[in-house]
Amino acid sequence: MNVFDVLGPIMIGPSSSHTAGAVRIGRIVKILIGENIKEANIIFYGSFAAAYKGHGTDKGIIAGLLGYDVADAEIRDSINIARKRGLSFSFGKSFDDSTHPNMASISAVGKSGKKISITAASTGGGNILVSNINGIEVEFSCQYHTLIVPHRDQPGAISLVTHILAAHNINIASMKVFRKEKKGNAIMVIETDQELDNEISREVRKLPGIIDCIIVYAF
Amino acid sequence: MIFYHSISELVNRANCKSKCISDIVIEDQAEQMEKSVEDIFEDMEKLFKVMEESVESCLKPDVKYASGRAGGEAYRLKKASDGGKTLAGPMLNSVLVKALAAAESNASMGKIVAAPTAGSCGILPAVTITIMEEYKINRKKVLKSLFSAAAIGMVISNRASLSGAQGGCQAECGAASAMAAGAAVELLDGTPDMISHACAIALKAVLGLVCDPVAGLVEVPCIKRNASGAANAIVAAELALAGINSAIPADEVIDAMKSVGNMIPSCLKETGEGGLAMTKTGRTLYGHLKQCGGSN
Repeated sequence: MNVFDVLGPIMIGPSSSHTAGAVRIGRIVKILIGENIKEANIIFYGSFAAAYKGHGTDKGIIAGLLGYDVADAEIRDSINIARKRGLSFSFGKSFDDSTHPNMASISAVGKSGKKISITAASTGGGNILVSNINGIEVEFSCQYHTLIVPHRDQPGAISLVTHILAAHNINIASMKVFRKEKKGNAIMVIETDQELDNEISREVRKLPGIIDCIIVYAF
Repeated sequence: MIFYHSISELVNRANCKSKCISDIVIEDQAEQMEKSVEDIFEDMEKLFKVMEESVESCLKPDVKYASGRAGGEAYRLKKASDGGKTLAGPMLNSVLVKALAAAESNASMGKIVAAPTAGSCGILPAVTITIMEEYKINRKKVLKSLFSAAAIGMVISNRASLSGAQGGCQAECGAASAMAAGAAVELLDGTPDMISHACAIALKAVLGLVCDPVAGLVEVPCIKRNASGAANAIVAAELALAGINSAIPADEVIDAMKSVGNMIPSCLKETGEGGLAMTKTGRTLYGHLKQCGGSN
């Protein structure tokens, strides 16, 4: 913890959890899909569902889907900006009590037709925790540089990836592998101390059993 | 290396070196963040500039909150004082105006600095900017005082909490008030011990303050609690600068804040299910907002 964890972030109000956190949830969807989004369906849970307009949670999520940051003034006008940029969206509410109090699920379609669905919670102070990608349970916060690697669940996949990281002198801070079922689709989530470059994701994508490799720079 | 586990640690280290608390914090933070002192001052300058802008941006009559409710309270207070109507006097009035302005800026989706949270973002800017203006203090010294304020916030975070959901409003506006009181004492050349007492006095005054926002929004009562929190910081600094000590040391007050926070039921910790949120008018406001998904 340092002084700037207590003073900061610079953000658009009114709430670090309901506004800034929402922007970051939208933003991770944009990063993971890797292209402009043309369609998004957003479901709010818990207190997000109860008062999302009064907190600007809706504007925050849309701003994030457009790629804006928590301090961008465009958050206020994000709904109109989305319409101008051809992003169509809908909001729904769920009052399922068993979820995190501030949570959203987003299904998005990119310009190329690529689809993604994620669930993430706003955990306070603008921090988020992504808990599901395309039906696979995951867990990461975007506070570290993170490598997201969807792959087939088969022997050797993990060591091939970590080998490439080692060759690039990247230290792994934490690593988790998530799968839905044996030999099915799985996701590696690797948090690193050093910044990752595109050369790494190019090399990883060429490996057998690897479906994709996405770099999420800490934000 | 400083651990930020106690205010007494900060005071002792500063006293040992005959320095201000901010000096030892700046030195330590530059080292921990592997940055130069100039760089972290630059980072703090960026925050302070946004704090100033957040105050300036809401000194106007036509403010509309994200919920759709009309604001303009900071402007109203400033106009009264400009017209010679002030009970508190121009200096305290200016503190209150700025606290309301930054908090209104937050409520209307303006750009603010969480200090330590968005809901309590008006208190530290109100106190430091007003003292800077009134006492013609140079900017560098003000930036320095923000490091002391942040160090106090880190101790509160480590020993207790800075989240309304965990500790109630005492952990947000209360912590902001203690941080601002410490900064005020340093700006007026008080000793490290005085900073510690100011921090303790400020926190003691708001011990047990619940977080009961109407409709769960950062508007009622949050905006006006920023004004009260800022005034409370001035009171605490004034007492400490006169040499008045807190009978209970700051660290023990922070521990008390934590234990009180744990005893506060969850309906009074940012859930909008108790206190002012559950009053007749609070519920009417909530019903109105919920009907239209939060207005706007």
